[in-house]
Amino acid sequence: MVSEKNHNVSRRQFLTYTLTGVGGFMAAGMILPMARFAIDPVLQSAGAGDMNAVADVSELTEEPQRFDFSYEQVDGWYTSEVTETAWIYQEGDNITALSPTCTHLGCTVNWNSNESYQNQFFCPCHGGRFEKNGTNVPGTPPTEPLHKYEIEVRDGTVYLGKANPQI
Amino acid sequence: MLQRLYDWVDERLDITPLWRDIADHEVPEHVNPAHHFSAFVYCFGGLTFFIIVIQFLSGMFLTMYYVPDIVNAYESVKYLQGEVAFGMIVRGMHHWGASLVIVMVFLHTLRVFFTGAYKKPRELNWVVGVLMFFLLLGLGFTGYLLPWDMKAYFATVVGLQIAESVPVIGDLAKTLLAGDPEIIGAQTLTRFFAIHVFFLPGALLGLLAVHFIMIRRQGIAGPL
Repeated sequence: MVSEKNHNVSRRQFLTYTLTGVGGFMAAGMILPMARFAIDPVLQSAGAGDMNAVADVSELTEEPQRFDFSYEQVDGWYTSEVTETAWIYQEGDNITALSPTCTHLGCTVNWNSNESYQNQFFCPCHGGRFEKNGTNVPGTPPTEPLHKYEIEVRDGTVYLGKANPQI
Repeated sequence: MLQRLYDWVDERLDITPLWRDIADHEVPEHVNPAHHFSAFVYCFGGLTFFIIVIQFLSGMFLTMYYVPDIVNAYESVKYLQGEVAFGMIVRGMHHWGASLVIVMVFLHTLRVFFTGAYKKPRELNWVVGVLMFFLLLGLGFTGYLLPWDMKAYFATVVGLQIAESVPVIGDLAKTLLAGDPEIIGAQTLTRFFAIHVFFLPGALLGLLAVHFIMIRRQGIAGPL
């Protein structure tokens, strides 16, 4: 029989440790699934951005043209068809596709729609203007250029991905 | 009859000290509007609580008809407001009460500030109060999306953009709130619903209890 004194850990301490440990495991066992459940959207790997066929290269001109394209958007359990718009033009070999969303407050811009501002994108909401390449005209409300779509050209067809900020 | 019922229970469970402890105490003269009318400013805290109770009740009843689903949310709100008897009243209570809570909290905070009631030893109660203020703002933000109309949607678009603009953790915070890195849709609505109806009210109840227990422990701050 080893006497009580020779133990480094007293019975009381041992009980405290084990009960705390077991309690900790039980608490973790309850909280972990719920926490992981809640933060799932953050940890889901971003799906490789789908590219959508939008236009034929032969249709493009030096003048930006409006192209609408639709794709299936999956939002959890809800799938819907979403339509987006791009203003596309070609200069030499360079194809540019701009998003029509005004970088000021999100209205929709149009090319050449205001007689006073030829060859510019014009936003009817607060008079925001952009150059052909999307650069915002100083002195108008927008603070950054129009967003640019990711572009891929395959077999004479223009595919667009996500619209990203130019700066 | 009622008295006998009470006595029957009290005999077994001794409930008199329980409610005495909660309800049976003197209101100091300087906080009693019957003595000095200007003491009505001391009512703002109680009025805040009163409206919060209305919010809890009207909210509970609203969920009898409301569905947090992007296809049906708007229609369910339209139905409960337009077709259900007293629907416009019940939704109106929740709608106007939401703004009134903020107003009352603001007035209550002003009173506590200008009477210096936040000073030692009551600092912790001020802190809890500020936490509850944030909870109420969160309730307002999440509740605003639930009708799923244009105003609700775009207010949330802007709100989430604000969250996104926070340095370093912005994107994370936005995704966590919206349930998707880009889409504000089905998952956003269910999340906001859960936060609005379960998480924040639960936290609010807890903090309210702490707030009140601290008041009873420390008593109301003395006169100016």
